[in-house]
Amino acid sequence: MIQIEEVTKRYGDTTVVNGVTLTVAPHTVTVIVGTSGSGKTTLLRMINRLVEPTAGIVKIDGEDNRSIPGYELRRRIGYAIQGHGLFPHRTVAQNIATVPTLLGWEKDRTEAKVEELLKLFQLDPADFGPRYPHELSGGQQQRVGVARALAAEPNVLLMDEPFGALDPIIRSKAQEDLTAIQKHFGTTIILVTHDMEEAFHLADKIAVMDKGEVVQYATPAEMLVKPATPFVETLVGASERPFRLLGIETVGEAVEPGSAEGRPVPEVLSQRDALSELLWSGRSALPVAAANGEILGRVTLQAIVKRAARPR
Amino acid sequence: MAIGIIQEKERLAFRFDKLGVIISILALYGALLAPFATYRANRIIQGEARGIMEALPPHLGYGLLFLVVAGAAVALLRTPALFRMAMALAALAALAGLIGIAADHLTPPENSYARVSPASGFWVLVFAFSLLLTDALTRLHPGPGLRLLVLAGVLVLAGSMLVAGRWDGLSIMKEYANRADLFWAEAGRHVTLALGSLAAATVVGLPLGILCHRVERLRAGVLNVLNAIQTIPSIALFGILIAPLGWIAANIPGASAVGIRGIGAAPAFVALFLYSLLPVVANTVVGLAGVPRAANDAARGIGMTDRQRLVTIEFPLAFPVILTGIRIVLVQNIGLATIAALIGGGGFGVFVFQGVGQTAMDLVLLGAIPTVVLAFTAAIVLDALIEMTVPNSSQGNAA
Repeated sequence: MIQIEEVTKRYGDTTVVNGVTLTVAPHTVTVIVGTSGSGKTTLLRMINRLVEPTAGIVKIDGEDNRSIPGYELRRRIGYAIQGHGLFPHRTVAQNIATVPTLLGWEKDRTEAKVEELLKLFQLDPADFGPRYPHELSGGQQQRVGVARALAAEPNVLLMDEPFGALDPIIRSKAQEDLTAIQKHFGTTIILVTHDMEEAFHLADKIAVMDKGEVVQYATPAEMLVKPATPFVETLVGASERPFRLLGIETVGEAVEPGSAEGRPVPEVLSQRDALSELLWSGRSALPVAAANGEILGRVTLQAIVKRAARPR
Repeated sequence: MAIGIIQEKERLAFRFDKLGVIISILALYGALLAPFATYRANRIIQGEARGIMEALPPHLGYGLLFLVVAGAAVALLRTPALFRMAMALAALAALAGLIGIAADHLTPPENSYARVSPASGFWVLVFAFSLLLTDALTRLHPGPGLRLLVLAGVLVLAGSMLVAGRWDGLSIMKEYANRADLFWAEAGRHVTLALGSLAAATVVGLPLGILCHRVERLRAGVLNVLNAIQTIPSIALFGILIAPLGWIAANIPGASAVGIRGIGAAPAFVALFLYSLLPVVANTVVGLAGVPRAANDAARGIGMTDRQRLVTIEFPLAFPVILTGIRIVLVQNIGLATIAALIGGGGFGVFVFQGVGQTAMDLVLLGAIPTVVLAFTAAIVLDALIEMTVPNSSQGNAA
């Protein structure tokens, strides 16, 4: 659990972060969104003390983050940034092994960890381990960057626009990977982005920042339904709201008894994708199948349209 | 038909090597029109020019002419780079050997006053074939290791010629024979001055560069001061240093005991040190500034201390640029140390200035040639080192 209490950061007369209080539950993904200059990156960097707060306290698992030296704190917290920040003169394996080496892990343990992580990120250790960062594609570099951040098995992972430099197709793949990894390790993730789509896709909770303050901290659904300020409403995008709402929920939640023609869709598909499939194929209902192929029922156009309406 | 002729013409034109045209003109001029060696009855008298056929026994003379014509043809036409290199090396080796033989051939027996030295034709030939050699080497894209090997080969070849006494008949070697002990003492002083001031500049300049990188307010000030020093002409700087160093020698106990004086090696050392600081400091600053921001941020973000970041990330990435600064300093110092002789600092400059004073060109060359060889060797060695230390990351290295 991460508790940010009344944290303020000033540079001279400029207040970048102003009295922010935020509690992040363990094993969840929290996304901080905001326009550039809203203080979101500064807030993130105060958690691992890359930036020292002017006032306020950050507690990690109940412990003040100033109780140990900054560099020791940072070795316990994963950190991944836009443009991956890999060390260009070190191989992929050496890059991933950085924090374990700093912590003085045994060689065998470090090597095993590097191999495990490379496999987890679908990179063949024998092939990719000895390569240098410039010999990888952008997507691969980004994966290695995240693998390096996770190498010492941190409970908390901070990510500063980690997918900002990727093209849309690779970005959505990277987002899927991150979700899978988060489930695998149960890591608490705090991610900064300015991409609303990304926020809704990944977040358990979203914190919207504007001019150094958190204007709303809520679940994605709540943020859609009850935006706290006109700024949040603009950010969410009025015309996108119904689709975002559908994007959060899966077909499984909208399934009803009955049958329908055609190829079944998986129950984990988002309702938004189901709507898209319904519209494109010109049908009014789709059969829904469980992961094992069993037909659970159907989802109708009517039901989805109803769900896209503003809840009362 | 007409098209065929045009194609034929194009193909012919295409076969000429552009640089080769210049090389072959130079080579033919050097061999046929310019004198190969100069003969003088004694050390300072005006010399008489001798062509290749006069300077060498007939069979060797014809041999050299044939070799030069063949070399010019190889240079002129588009030939494989490896073949061009072999031709250039053969011609250079022949020139090196034959100038020694010319000296023996031209010097009358039992005459220890006569002097024979290489003349313009010889130097033009050496220049032409060196050009061919470097051009061929560039086209071969040799790795740093191979370049060092070629350098070592040339040095060993020249060294063995010297040791075997093949050039002893040449005037420059006669000058050397008269002052062999002094030569090596001055050589030692020259290298000590150049390397010592470089070492001192590195020891001071690296931390200063790191400090300038970390403390932005310091940067402009330090670099401007060093820039200003760089603009002072070397002789003026020697002069400026005489007063303070003389004062130190006179007033600080023990200073003169360690060799600090207004003139001599001390001001030369200090001046070379001051000149060396700018390239070392500036390149350290530039090198550190060139470290990718994201890598630096990540290094901090995953828990490296400032020291660890400097040693394991910033310094290795900046090292090739810093080494480039050191290369500039070393080559510059080897040249500048020659001037130290003016204020009694010693070094190869001693021979240069003595030679100028006596109008003995050979003595000037005795100082100048080792200086050039030293600077050239240092440049090649450090260039190879820089290439070997460039991290695998740099994209430009792909070729």
